[in-house]
Amino acid sequence: MSENKYQVDTVERAAETPGTEQPYEALGVKDDEYARIREILGRRPTSSELAMYSVMWSEHCSYKSSKVHLKQFGDKAPEVDFLLVGPGENAGVVDVGGDLAVTFKIESHNHPSYVEPYQGAATGVGGIVRDILTMGARPVAVLDPLRFGPADAADTHRVLPGVVRGIGGYGNSLGLPNIGGEVVFDACYSGNPLVNALSVGVLKKSEIKLAKADGPGNRVVLFGARTGGDGIGGASVLASATFDEDKPSKRPSVQVGDPFMEKVLIECCLEIYAEDLVTGIQDLGAAGLSCATTELAAAGTGGMDVQLDLAPLRDATLVPEEILMSESQERMMAVVTPENLPRFFAICEKWDVIATVIGTVTDTGRLRLTWHGETIVDVDPRTLAHQGPVYERPFHRPSWQDGLQADAPTEERLARPKTGDELRETVLRMIASPNLADKTWVLEQYDHRVRGNTVLAHGEDSGMLRLNEEDGLGIALSTDGNGRYTKLDPYTGAQLALAEAYRNVAATGAKPLAVTDCLNFGSPEDPEVMWQFAEACRGLADACLQLGTPVTGGNVSFYNQTGSEAIHPTPIIGVLGVIDDVARRTRSAFETEGEILLLVGETRDEFGGSEWAHVVHGHLGGLPPKPDLERERQLAEILIAGSRDGMLSAAHDLSDGGLIQAIVESCVRGGHGARVVLPSELDPFVALFSESAGRAVVVVPRSEEKRFTDMCNFRNVPVARIGVVDGDTLDVQDQFSIPLDELREAWTGTFPKLFG
Amino acid sequence: MPARIGVVTFPGTQDDTDALRAARLVGAEPVALWHRDPSLHDVDAVVLPGGFSYGDYLRCGAIARFSPVMESIISAAREGLPVLGICNGFQILCESHLLPGALIRNAGTLFINRDVRLRVESTGTAWTSDYAVGQEILIPIKNGEGKFAADEKTLDELEAEGRVIARYVENPNGSARDIAGIANAAGNVVGLMPHPEHAIEELTGPYPGPATDGLPFFTSVLQHLLNPELVDA
Repeated sequence: MSENKYQVDTVERAAETPGTEQPYEALGVKDDEYARIREILGRRPTSSELAMYSVMWSEHCSYKSSKVHLKQFGDKAPEVDFLLVGPGENAGVVDVGGDLAVTFKIESHNHPSYVEPYQGAATGVGGIVRDILTMGARPVAVLDPLRFGPADAADTHRVLPGVVRGIGGYGNSLGLPNIGGEVVFDACYSGNPLVNALSVGVLKKSEIKLAKADGPGNRVVLFGARTGGDGIGGASVLASATFDEDKPSKRPSVQVGDPFMEKVLIECCLEIYAEDLVTGIQDLGAAGLSCATTELAAAGTGGMDVQLDLAPLRDATLVPEEILMSESQERMMAVVTPENLPRFFAICEKWDVIATVIGTVTDTGRLRLTWHGETIVDVDPRTLAHQGPVYERPFHRPSWQDGLQADAPTEERLARPKTGDELRETVLRMIASPNLADKTWVLEQYDHRVRGNTVLAHGEDSGMLRLNEEDGLGIALSTDGNGRYTKLDPYTGAQLALAEAYRNVAATGAKPLAVTDCLNFGSPEDPEVMWQFAEACRGLADACLQLGTPVTGGNVSFYNQTGSEAIHPTPIIGVLGVIDDVARRTRSAFETEGEILLLVGETRDEFGGSEWAHVVHGHLGGLPPKPDLERERQLAEILIAGSRDGMLSAAHDLSDGGLIQAIVESCVRGGHGARVVLPSELDPFVALFSESAGRAVVVVPRSEEKRFTDMCNFRNVPVARIGVVDGDTLDVQDQFSIPLDELREAWTGTFPKLFG
Repeated sequence: MPARIGVVTFPGTQDDTDALRAARLVGAEPVALWHRDPSLHDVDAVVLPGGFSYGDYLRCGAIARFSPVMESIISAAREGLPVLGICNGFQILCESHLLPGALIRNAGTLFINRDVRLRVESTGTAWTSDYAVGQEILIPIKNGEGKFAADEKTLDELEAEGRVIARYVENPNGSARDIAGIANAAGNVVGLMPHPEHAIEELTGPYPGPATDGLPFFTSVLQHLLNPELVDA
């Protein structure tokens, strides 16, 4: 072999050459971590082992900075009887009644989506869908909460259209309805867009699959797409000096998705599951083969022998280090008994899916990888999977936090509209602002109908799916988050995000059950960011306990910052709810003239972090609305009972933009105006634009008004009649009136103007 | 015995579940057909559902047309088997030359999922007899390549022979002469870009409704199977 050819770094060679310098820093491995790896192995790691430790101990895979805080979600978890699988697996699983279970999880694909918006967003959808598939479930829907820089910024016009097309292009091709999400703009996300994706799947309770390699002698099968050079990232430094000069060197750092392959893989896996042919299964996501082999081995009998050279390749020049790090999409790894192999392969053949036995489960307690007969990895898989570093990162309350909170948006600080004309003008400006404007331009690019079980989708408070055509059992999902609130107060900001998603689920008539979270923050190495993270986790864990909704899984995304400028701390919370009969769902539109508008909950002068302060004054300061979780629980009970007992014609949660935003949306959607009489004790501006939590506007037929208000009174939840559905004008008594057409034009015109 | 309606699944097909449900809801027996299996399993009619057959990486429907099941469907269709191609199914029928023209990238280039109003133009086909000529119906579209294109002569022929079965009331994608669906000369083969199988239930159909305007496509074919002579394109 000539000197410039790649030379495989074997375990034998590593033992003989302890002094070989290794580029661990370039792989993100710290000095003490490298020392620890040497201590664990009793020698220097081979370059393949180093590759594996570097990815498995990375922030992304090991949660080394967040672990100590995430622990609270377990420690403070409410006691529930419906949680079948909790955090730690590919996704949490919840019992929804009968023999059905639902698995759901949210993940981020933020950084890749900034580099390459289409593929970044597309593979974000692909990755989370494989997590759901790995649990043994049929994926049935996706939701996409998105954050971008200012709507009029040039870079947003590069990122947003690509992200939206990527989500549509991949999700539509998988045949998964997109039933919810958010599109939010803020300068803090310039250069750091947030592309989060939630997927949900359905399975029989008895058919949950786990990621473990049990049973010595069982075969390890790699199936799906071939392994290519995409997403390898830093691995190239490992042997760069010795790479063959003829080798292709330019590789995409962002993975490239093939939704067709994934669709076929989904159907193939579901047939394999239906015949109960796997004892364990894992998808290949971040850290690819490194992660899949390690996690399967660590969770199972404990050992695995793998012939890495058997992995089918898209690029024959790939070296073992690269194969181990490759994040090529649409790949799965299964553990199959020798008896089941023929059927397993027959199903793969039916779907034209390449499947290859690359290894065997052992009871040696070692993960051993060979490359053409030579051992290149020999480690205890648990040291990779579970014994990574855990950091107690320092954190402290930012020096500017007090000043920020003291800068409250009082009447003296920010001029408020006073006259009817001023209020009218403010309404039209607010509903046309990018965060509050109609998102149809985005949503039309997503298929929300495929599979024919979508009962509610975008534009409603939560997405809702029918699970059972006979009895109408269904689920509802909503994702919410507010970076401005969380910046002002990370503890309550996280709670408000949960409260909003919880309220949204209840507003459609479903009972909120469980939570998944995507925690998007700046650098954990910044103690002020770390404080935001610690506070948000504490707030969320406390709120989950109080609302009885456990966190079942999620994702942490750090380093969302450019230079020293971090994004607003942005926990995005997904809440899953269950509804006995989807026919009883509540919509948000005002559909019937003459019905009564009621405001449920208490409105206070709360404008800290509000959409109004943001749009009209570019101001962020003060405290966010005060969460009242007990009130949220009561409100949810009212909304669920109202739906179940047929009292409600419509319900819409109040959040960004306040009461008037909710009324405008419901009027335009239903094609009816309203006559509104604001509560006399409230200042009209506060009544219209305050973002106080724990509120909803509902519509009831006149015949149900007393029964509904009695129910509210019984629970001591304030309720006030504020008007009636009527005509084709929104008329706020003594203040202003706006024709429906004018509202529609203002609300729906923004996105086509910006992006059309 | 109920009529048997076959629904083909190609790798990459998405709306097979929905088409099977539509067949079931109108009282037919839904039969799943597989792209590699040339047998049509004695079905009385076939739906080619929407999706992205074989990924549609080459040209929509271009690979599907060569599948074993399509060979059987093409010859059975020439002998009168009722075939409805929806979205990707329409594209496959054009690639198979059972229908003229082609579906190309939408005028605005974007994928569009929207409830659109159609005007029914011909009820003399196996799949449209339960509508009235001139009736306006609400059916969702969802496609990126749904713009119907054909040369002027072909378009003139389609018009003259009454083979335009539905037009968009407001053209969403630049389709020639607002055409949303066409039939073959015999009236047994119909291609439609909008998705009637997504407009068959109050619970899941277009909102605000009408939600079930798609059902008559499926009831029509049952009528046709009882009285085949009704077809008079």
